[in-house]
Amino acid sequence: MALNRRDFLKLATVDGAVGAAAAGSTMLAADTASAQLLQRPPRPMPEEAVGLLYDSTLCIGCRACQVACKRANGMPIDIPETYEAWNGGTWDTPTDLSGDTLTVIQVYQDGTMEVKDRETDGFAFIKRQCMHCTDASCISVCPVSAMTKDPVTGVVTHHPDRCIGCRYCVLACPFGVPRYEFDNPFGQIQKCQLCTNVPDRDIPACADVCPTGATLYGRTTDLQQEAERRLGMAPGETYRFPRGALGDDRASHEAPIAHYQSAVYGEQILGGTQVRMLAGVPFADLGMPHDVPDYSYASITEGIQHTLYKYFIAPAVLLAGLVYFAYKNARSHRPEDWD
Amino acid sequence: MAKQSDQVHAPVGGRLFTPMFFGLGLLVLVAGFFLFNRFVFGLGSVTNLSDGYPWGIWIAIDLVVGTALGCAGYAVALLVYILNRGEYHPLVRPALLASLFGYALGGAAVMIDLGRYWQGYNMFLPWLSQYNSVMLETALCIAAYITVLMVEFSPVFLERLGMKNIRRRLDKVLFIFIGLGVLLPTMHQSSMGTILVVLGHQLSPLWQTQLLPLLFLTSALFMGFAIVVFEAVLASVGFRRPMEAFILNKLSTVMAWLLLGFVVVRIADLLFRGDIVLAFRANLDALMFWVEIALHVTALVLLWPRRIPASPRRMFLSASTMLAAGAVYRINCYLVGYHPGDGWNYFPSVGEIMVTVGIFALEIMLYLVFVKRLPVLHTVDRAYREEHAAQAREGGAAAVGQAT
Repeated sequence: MALNRRDFLKLATVDGAVGAAAAGSTMLAADTASAQLLQRPPRPMPEEAVGLLYDSTLCIGCRACQVACKRANGMPIDIPETYEAWNGGTWDTPTDLSGDTLTVIQVYQDGTMEVKDRETDGFAFIKRQCMHCTDASCISVCPVSAMTKDPVTGVVTHHPDRCIGCRYCVLACPFGVPRYEFDNPFGQIQKCQLCTNVPDRDIPACADVCPTGATLYGRTTDLQQEAERRLGMAPGETYRFPRGALGDDRASHEAPIAHYQSAVYGEQILGGTQVRMLAGVPFADLGMPHDVPDYSYASITEGIQHTLYKYFIAPAVLLAGLVYFAYKNARSHRPEDWD
Repeated sequence: MAKQSDQVHAPVGGRLFTPMFFGLGLLVLVAGFFLFNRFVFGLGSVTNLSDGYPWGIWIAIDLVVGTALGCAGYAVALLVYILNRGEYHPLVRPALLASLFGYALGGAAVMIDLGRYWQGYNMFLPWLSQYNSVMLETALCIAAYITVLMVEFSPVFLERLGMKNIRRRLDKVLFIFIGLGVLLPTMHQSSMGTILVVLGHQLSPLWQTQLLPLLFLTSALFMGFAIVVFEAVLASVGFRRPMEAFILNKLSTVMAWLLLGFVVVRIADLLFRGDIVLAFRANLDALMFWVEIALHVTALVLLWPRRIPASPRRMFLSASTMLAAGAVYRINCYLVGYHPGDGWNYFPSVGEIMVTVGIFALEIMLYLVFVKRLPVLHTVDRAYREEHAAQAREGGAAAVGQAT
């Protein structure tokens, strides 16, 4: 008669060599806070990793960084559809990252917008660009190694000549950074590469032109120390903010220390990023991911994959079993007319 | 186990150029128009895709749902060759055919969707392979499986062309391909779930879980069985053939258990994580979650094993409900539950919908041509009818001749 429970269990065992492994171990692992069972260890940051320190409280929203970025990368101006009515077509007015815009200054506004860097009735700026993750999702998901991490500087670089345009990186990036040129029949993925792609540039264009030192270039470990120094000072105290690159000889910008949020953004979030940020308002208000784990999501996916497919043992064993049964059973169903 | 040595296949015959054929052809032409635009003016000119929603229905439906519909061959091969349930043998060829089209056209949809399709072959260059990528594994697996399906289905052509020698030689190694034909879908259907794990908080906790691979694998299996039933009923009505009612009825029991397993794991996981509370909010996520669960439970109720075999009508209804349930689950995972942040929204454009419709139309067209001209369906002769009647008596079922 019909398949009974025993048959069903048999079905489950045969099919489930891979599936059951996933079931058993992931059931245990299912969201026990940060300790995920099928997780590979986090990737360490390269010692000489470089990045940016963006201090929102120093940013005056002049957008010089946007302009310099466009010029350095040779990218066209970007006018959102909603601005077309009054923008004659010469003024670059991006509101978000796009296939034509690798960095953008956005603004947080609340109530009367009276005081800068205040959450209520205030406003604050945020600079968006690639965060150059320590353990980047875009690199983990790319099937053809079109996203790579420089082993020395840790800069996440894109290679259009390898890219197949599947846009998995666009989907997976938790910061919404990689963008695709949807209006181009031969479009490509665009993202900030810290100007490593621009010939004859020592430091990224955005940091180079920033008048207040809000965007500062340097080794990530040095930038972290710089950020912690600022956090350790009393609000209102005068401080000489470096400009351009940490440790270069240009004149510093003297200004009072602002009321900072208590932590450096990017130190731990999602496995850490080489771009670090300071702000006077919560990063949630600035549209940045918050309430997210300290590990990279890639460490979970890769944990699952490399457990199920370790040395290809499970699939090989499963295949051997399947081939054995197929060999045994196919014989008994051979139609007569084959001979 | 009774020897199934008397299954002979034959073309159904009949006219190819029916009104239905031309209707489907028209839909394919419309899709062709939009595809022309896509390749000349870019993805943005035809689709509503954006950097917030870089994947639309061409991935979620054509590929992710389409290949699940293509799991007929996987499900039946597992049953017949691995679990040695020889009585299901008449279902093998039509199931393989459905799989071949489901996967080939799913693969075609990917090529259409790829932003840099002219470099698509990079997937197959070992020095560019990125072995942490779930997508690489999925893509290579699907490509390999399409090849395996062609080999598995090739006896049909060899039979038609009368190439008995090659046929016999192939037969000696066919079991390897049958093994691969079960392994590969097990791998890539579960991986289609794993693909989403990396989305982290961007996928609503109603769907985001490390059990995604297991849930996708289970849904692929029951959708595979459901499409077999769906097709068998349609073929029997459309070509006025007796239906394998007895076989299909037994299949229902397998499906019921799989479905029950899926629902239990799905709900237990949500309860365990405590994210079930999200299902009681007034938003689209919660609504679609309940639609998904309601479809699964309805299918389960329709399928639940009973003494009297189900009527073809009921079987068709339960199979359709299952397909809808699996499809909604997959669309929920890939589109509805995905939240890239404020300001982004997505609903497929007319062009996207028409391309998807065209792909499915092409699939049905090819299926009809194949079963009419090639030995896919088993022959309906006296011996076959008698054997079926005997089987039915044996099992205490009397529903065999219902569709005749």
